[in-house]
Amino acid sequence: MTTVILLTVTGLVSGLAIGIVVKFYGTTPNPLEEKLLELVPGANCGGCGFAGCEGYAKAMAEGSAKPGACPLMNDAVVQEICALLGVESEARKPMVAIVCCSGDDDHAQRMAFYNGVNDCQNAMLVAGGGKGCVYGCLGLGSCARACPYGAIEIRPNHIAVVHPELCVGCGKCVLACPRRLIKLTPKSAPVHVFCSSPERGALKRKFCSAACIGCRKCVKEAGEDQVSMNGALAAINYDNPPDAGVAAACPTGALRTTAVMESTRG
Amino acid sequence: MIKQLHFYGGIHPVEDKVAQSVPIVEPPILETYMVPLQQHIGAPAKAVVAKGDQVKRGQLLGEAQGFVSAPVHAPTSGVIREVTTCLGPSGAQVPALLLASDGEDAPADPMPAIDWHQASPGDLRQRISAAGIVGKGGAAFPTVVKLSPPPNKKIDTLILNGVECEPCLTADHRLMLERAADIVTGAQITARILGAKKIIIGIENNKPDAIEVMRQAGADYGIEVCSLRVRYPQGAEKQLIYAVTGRKVPSGGLPADIGCLVQNVGTAAAIADAVCLGKPLYERVTTVTGTPLVSPGNWRFRVGTTYSEAIKLAGGVKEDPIKIISGGPMMGMAVYSLDIPIIKSTSGILLLSKDELTQFAVRPCIRCGRCNDSCPMGMMPGILSVQIENQRYELAEKWHVMDCIECGCCAYTCPASRPLVQHLRRAKAEVQAARRAKAGK
Repeated sequence: MTTVILLTVTGLVSGLAIGIVVKFYGTTPNPLEEKLLELVPGANCGGCGFAGCEGYAKAMAEGSAKPGACPLMNDAVVQEICALLGVESEARKPMVAIVCCSGDDDHAQRMAFYNGVNDCQNAMLVAGGGKGCVYGCLGLGSCARACPYGAIEIRPNHIAVVHPELCVGCGKCVLACPRRLIKLTPKSAPVHVFCSSPERGALKRKFCSAACIGCRKCVKEAGEDQVSMNGALAAINYDNPPDAGVAAACPTGALRTTAVMESTRG
Repeated sequence: MIKQLHFYGGIHPVEDKVAQSVPIVEPPILETYMVPLQQHIGAPAKAVVAKGDQVKRGQLLGEAQGFVSAPVHAPTSGVIREVTTCLGPSGAQVPALLLASDGEDAPADPMPAIDWHQASPGDLRQRISAAGIVGKGGAAFPTVVKLSPPPNKKIDTLILNGVECEPCLTADHRLMLERAADIVTGAQITARILGAKKIIIGIENNKPDAIEVMRQAGADYGIEVCSLRVRYPQGAEKQLIYAVTGRKVPSGGLPADIGCLVQNVGTAAAIADAVCLGKPLYERVTTVTGTPLVSPGNWRFRVGTTYSEAIKLAGGVKEDPIKIISGGPMMGMAVYSLDIPIIKSTSGILLLSKDELTQFAVRPCIRCGRCNDSCPMGMMPGILSVQIENQRYELAEKWHVMDCIECGCCAYTCPASRPLVQHLRRAKAEVQAARRAKAGK
């Protein structure tokens, strides 16, 4: 009985003490920040470049971050935040990540059998991972583990594929890929070049049957202002992207509309 | 009884030094040499010849770029057929020159011989730098950088590394037997540059003939030969210093901090060649060994000889090798192409047959602690690897992951076949990247 009384009294006194301290010494929460905190998605993916959603909300309240930086928010929420902050909303372009490589096991050669830690960064430490093309996807899933939304799948034939419907364009995978194969592209662009090797076409063909060989057929089809050549690699002009039809011109399938490449082995 | 010197930790793998009784052979001149411009740690050399240029043996092909770099010289006379890139032993594409030999092997005018007894340390250093000498033990660190310690660090002891603790390799062993006098000269030159009073040669006691030969060669010059108990990785710098002198290199420090410098016997011989004969470094002794080979042995290869040519010289293969390693079995790198050229640091080419190779299935750590007992740096590789798997690189740094010398003792003893060295290497790379990022800010 004494114990109960003792504990009750201790609890009451401590509660009172905390109450007094908060009343007289506590910081008044910023009402704007509180409101913003309710509006941010709470996924803590880091796509905005701040330490989680709370950090972003704080930065916005202080005026050091723009409302459009969060890849997850829809336009309505951005509008609402803009109204709260009293700033003009900027036009946003939804982005999506793509893995610029077609070199799965059906198309690209593997020179060595890798039997180490199941991680691309680790594989890079031992003879570059043993893939013939030193620019190609290793398919060990560093990007897939970095993705907070589960949008990246490692296909059974060892290539990373982004599912655009799940991807929010936060860019975490871009940093996770040791080969720097992942790019953020506008969601509206219909075709992409799924190859990153700057080597000569003949050299690329040696290791990969789905590489961009620099034949310029797509440039002729779409025009210089839509597709240009960056050395031996075709590059889409994402400010003025060509339409999906240009993919038919590509002889290797490196330029295509979908991330998944049809298997040639059947 | 003679005290058997050694260090803490380590392992004793099967030695398998089948080529130790095979004398060094001079291979014939090949038709082409693929000479990489990066055969060392540091910046790659810059080509000073162009396609179609006629070059002679020993002529400068690429000049050093910056302080931590080394020049590259022509292995034979001929024409530069192409300025290209080739696959290096580390798996990266490196700039290279394809040299088509004319078969005459005509030498370029050698650099003038230096009387090292009289020459100043500065002149000797300059010659070593111009001859493109790098550490031939395996890391290929430019020797001149090593021989230029900060002025406040006084080196009193030069240790020559004739340990060759890697199983299978016999190149240094043969070199000691056949070129003992040159090694002794090279050691004396090095000691003169550094002002070191004492020269000690460390050799493991599985090479009694080399110990005897070196003892005789060095007796007149007060060079001491230290017989060491066989233990891997005795040839590692810090372990050798401890075994020979009892001094410990502090964590994160260099041997110069405790007044020591370690040099490979091959490097010493190359220094003697460069100073006394004016000959740049364009050849090295390499062991080509392994059970699939018909006749394993030791060759004095010119740099740029491809692995396939080396294997052909060793009589070809009698069964298909399943794995080819550049270097020794413990620290060497597996390679996937035979077009890789031999460079200044290629100590061995090892072929493994199907029966010799075990495919590991990685299992969880059982906390047996064998890795801790075997780690010569006194680290805890097992528990570190678990943290590294969870990306706790800051913690790994706190636990001295940067001390790891990647000798592979932990992975060798691990009953759960965990790829411990790979984990540690990953953490080292991450810590280094973090330090660079911090320094850049």
